[in-house]
Amino acid sequence: MAKTVDQYFDDLRDTRVWRSIFRSGTGSSTLKRSLAIQQNVFLHLFATKVRRRMLSFSATWYLGTLTLGTFLMLVVTGILLMLYYHPSVPQAYADTKDLQFVVSSGLFLRNLHRWSAHAMVFLVFAHMFKVFYRGAYRPPREFNWVIGIVLLLVTLLLSYTGYLLPWDQLAYWAITVGSNIASAVPVFGDKIHFMLLGGNLVNANALLRFYVLHCMILPLAAIFFIAIHFWRIRKDGGLYAHQSEPSTLTKTTLAKEAQ
Amino acid sequence: MSTKDFVTGMDSNARKAPRRVAFITRRTSAQVKAVDEETLQTFPEVLFRAAVAIEVMAIGLVTMALLFNAPLEGIADPSHTPNPAKAPWYFLGLQEMLHYFPPVVAGVLVPGLVVMALVVIPYFNINIEAEGLFLKDRERRLRIFYIVTGALVLFLVVFRVFVALVPTLIVAAFMILAAQSSPQSPSAFRRYLASKPLSYWIMSWFLFELVVLTAIGTFFRGPGWSWVWPWRS
Ligand code: HEM
Repeated sequence: MAKTVDQYFDDLRDTRVWRSIFRSGTGSSTLKRSLAIQQNVFLHLFATKVRRRMLSFSATWYLGTLTLGTFLMLVVTGILLMLYYHPSVPQAYADTKDLQFVVSSGLFLRNLHRWSAHAMVFLVFAHMFKVFYRGAYRPPREFNWVIGIVLLLVTLLLSYTGYLLPWDQLAYWAITVGSNIASAVPVFGDKIHFMLLGGNLVNANALLRFYVLHCMILPLAAIFFIAIHFWRIRKDGGLYAHQSEPSTLTKTTLAKEAQ
Repeated sequence: MSTKDFVTGMDSNARKAPRRVAFITRRTSAQVKAVDEETLQTFPEVLFRAAVAIEVMAIGLVTMALLFNAPLEGIADPSHTPNPAKAPWYFLGLQEMLHYFPPVVAGVLVPGLVVMALVVIPYFNINIEAEGLFLKDRERRLRIFYIVTGALVLFLVVFRVFVALVPTLIVAAFMILAAQSSPQSPSAFRRYLASKPLSYWIMSWFLFELVVLTAIGTFFRGPGWSWVWPWRS
């Protein structure tokens, strides 16, 4: 009898090399599926089981998941953009122009990075309001809500620092307007403004600082806090289930209740 | 559910159904009310759904990237200030406020307070219990509501911030309607309003202002931050 694709896949998963990489091994028993999560450094951030009703669209609108999706897309397109971009004046602008007109698919890459960034800012706000209106900030999830606020700020800063990088008029003046707000902070305003820009005006130093923040510090911060965010969801007992959301009881519970 | 204080279960086949077991030390009274819900395995079901959701969104974004180009203007020129010079769209609500208030207020105080208010939401019991605002102690709360809203409205009028005044008045109108409603109201909408706690009202007001101010900053502001109609240019 011919083998099915699944069986070939199982054979692959049974090879010595595969098993040396993935600790969970083959098989689709519940145990093996649980191990696939528990024995993986990335996936073990998640719980092995999730309440079915939390997966319905209405529970979360998948907004957190989609926020993660935009972030992943931004990391991939961002790394590709970095291959062509020099954070110096006026080379930065020339590189952006080249991406637009010379580099193959450069225009597409830049567009995708740009629109994904806008989408992420929108989604992170939407996710926050959705979590709020579900009341999912309730204990023991308080701190995950606070982590969420940190992620909101990191997302805004990521988007804001990226805005300067094309070094065109739009970028330059948007950052000038925005960074002037920092000067309004009482007492330390001018110091903060100077530290942010590496000078009193938006110039080559500011571009370099924003580049380091945008491509290094802030993405690492985002990954760090997203990891804690997901791990906390598991530790806090999965997603918040509101009483008014209809629950689907398992047969065993129904049987118990019938007794 | 059964009335037993504490229920725990272990499948006879532990290899097939891994379960958590709770150990309760002596002298702690255990009241475990576990509702046994239907669950799915994260691998592969949940991950698959997440992947599909992200995939669908990716298709949308890729389509957008193929159809619309990201803006790129002339090279940065410190000697030519465009008019108006606008921040990215998500900061235009702030920029709109900078038009009315000094930078310390609009740029530092207000955003700082907003972030602080967001952080503390889950640490107040009133937001945890989340009971309808006017269901208890109605007279006193209504009085406080009128004083606070009156002061806010006066403040916005004095500074001529009519764009923020309109959402404030609309939310206040709904709150007054909520105060006139109760869980026994015949209309489902009014029962809904009556059940809404303070945090709901403040957050909805914030969301409303955020949307309105951002939209005005994006579409209705032209040279010198003057009012323009987007369809007339
Ligand atoms: C980079 C930004 C963020 C990412 C990638 C992210 C991701 C997620 C994901 C995937 C979930 C699972 C459920 C869902 O999809 O809603 C979740 C839940 C949650 N998020 Fe976020 N989130 C982010 C920002 C935020 C923000 C800004 C807040 C609020 C201030 C927040 C608060 C929460 C809370 C409290 C939960 C638990 C909800 C529950 O128990 O039902 N997150 N997040």
